[in-house]
Amino acid sequence: MNIWVFSQEAGGAPTTATLELLTKARSLSSSVGGDVTAFVGGDASALAASLGEHGATKVYATGDLAGKLPGVAVSAAMKAVIDGGDSPDLIMFPQTAEGRDVMSRLSVKLDRTVLTNNVDISVDGGLVSVTTPIFGGNVLVATSFSGAGPFIAAFRPKSFTAESAGGAAAVVTAAPVPELGSTGAAQVVAVHVEATSGPKLDEAAIVVSGGRGLGEAANYELVETLAKLLAGAPGASRAIVDAGWVPYSYQVGQTGKVVKPGVYIACGISGATQHMVGMKGSKNIIAINKDKEAPIFGIADLGIVGDVHKVLPKLIEALQSRG
Amino acid sequence: MTTMNVIVCVKQIPDPATPGSLGPDNTLKRDGKLILDESDSYGVEMALQLVDAAGGGEVSLVSMAPNGEVSGLRTALAMGAAKGTLVSDPALQGSDALTTAKVLGAAIQTMGAFDLVIAATESSDGYTGTVPEQLAEVLGLPSVTFAKKVTISGGTLEANRQTEDGFDEVTCPLPAVISVTAGVVEPRYPSFKGIMAAKSKPIETVTAGDLGVTPVGWAGAGQRVVSITQAEARAAGEIIEDDGEGFAKIVSYLENLKVI
Repeated sequence: MNIWVFSQEAGGAPTTATLELLTKARSLSSSVGGDVTAFVGGDASALAASLGEHGATKVYATGDLAGKLPGVAVSAAMKAVIDGGDSPDLIMFPQTAEGRDVMSRLSVKLDRTVLTNNVDISVDGGLVSVTTPIFGGNVLVATSFSGAGPFIAAFRPKSFTAESAGGAAAVVTAAPVPELGSTGAAQVVAVHVEATSGPKLDEAAIVVSGGRGLGEAANYELVETLAKLLAGAPGASRAIVDAGWVPYSYQVGQTGKVVKPGVYIACGISGATQHMVGMKGSKNIIAINKDKEAPIFGIADLGIVGDVHKVLPKLIEALQSRG
Repeated sequence: MTTMNVIVCVKQIPDPATPGSLGPDNTLKRDGKLILDESDSYGVEMALQLVDAAGGGEVSLVSMAPNGEVSGLRTALAMGAAKGTLVSDPALQGSDALTTAKVLGAAIQTMGAFDLVIAATESSDGYTGTVPEQLAEVLGLPSVTFAKKVTISGGTLEANRQTEDGFDEVTCPLPAVISVTAGVVEPRYPSFKGIMAAKSKPIETVTAGDLGVTPVGWAGAGQRVVSITQAEARAAGEIIEDDGEGFAKIVSYLENLKVI
């Protein structure tokens, strides 16, 4: 089975989610035979070594997208390679904004279904099945592709563990973006990076998140102070991101970051399905919420039924006094 | 004065406040009352604001449902949309996201000239999140996904597009498809007058067959559910009422983990 992995870059290196998928693709292809190819929307010269180490033997790279959005540009480049005769059996995407856009455009170009939000994949003969958690992760649905490939599937970050196999640097082949016509008319004219400090939310060993139970935006400072004291990262529920209290980059959950820290502290978060799927894999979960019926207590290792406005200041004071 | 005609894709979903369940065919049970997906109320609001800013034009709705449910559409009409098209057909049961995009695309082609199609980033019940970009490809249009701020000036759309690290400023000529994030605007509550007016606003109902989209539903889906299992539950934790000393429980818990 030949597998492509849509490979993303951050800070000059492949993202962890990319390396996770390459590792999984390598293990699938080693059991059933076939090649693993990384498909990069951009320049791949700095990435080929790491992509190769994690299992890719070949890299397709579009080169600089020149301000085109990845969805339309990378899918067109993929279609051009497939039309040129190199068609994979399976294309794996990280469940990210860009991954989702590319796979969506590609699914129409190839007239193939897409299966998203997966956490696992298995291959049994010609049958490829993926596993998707639903209802906040309480139920797992296994779905198989029917009809002909390429099968297109997206996987949530942290579904697999990235491991280097020590492979040689992958060979980079150009896969230029063809003429897009009017569908490619959207153009990025400026890029803004919002400054953050401390550990990254999806890599931090401790995450402290706040929700609507904080009452008002100014109280989010309690969450930030606690996170800083524990050398962790502050996070947020979708409710307070939608309300504009904190930027989207803080959001934990279905539409935000998937986190699996050693300790997750949920402050004033009731535990909507959309939030739980993003943090349920945390090793230890502490929840503070005034409603004892809140769903978050169903998955908490330690639950404090109480007012975050009382518990958090005391907790912060106790930690500060330890120095 | 310019005019601006906007089509908003809306989904009617089971009330998220009630726990979801699967029917015997392994699709989400949608047989109770369906409501307007809250995620879509942002798109409806944005469309109304863009039409207002242009000084003319109207907001139309397009939706797809296996049954003839219209209560969610009425909510969006009460907010101020002018009319709706509902693709309603029992044959749509089991349709995958690609089929949904094809059906919505075919319906939009019957709705007359438009400048912009708006969809939510993802629905709150199925959250596949692929339909807006699939729809753009079906319609052969440019798109801007994850838009968190949108203005139109001189026939060109300008948007701030959410990224992992911040946002990009993107320009795009019209017509185009955009997906908007929740929180992008503050959706208005329907007024009493709006609710009364919505009752007489037109909703055209068509079938997938009328639109010439086949196959749909299970027959058109490139996927098949093979098993459904309960995930391993987390062991129950210790839940205590705060008596003023709850914070100390957290301190000792963190001490035991050796993180402080």
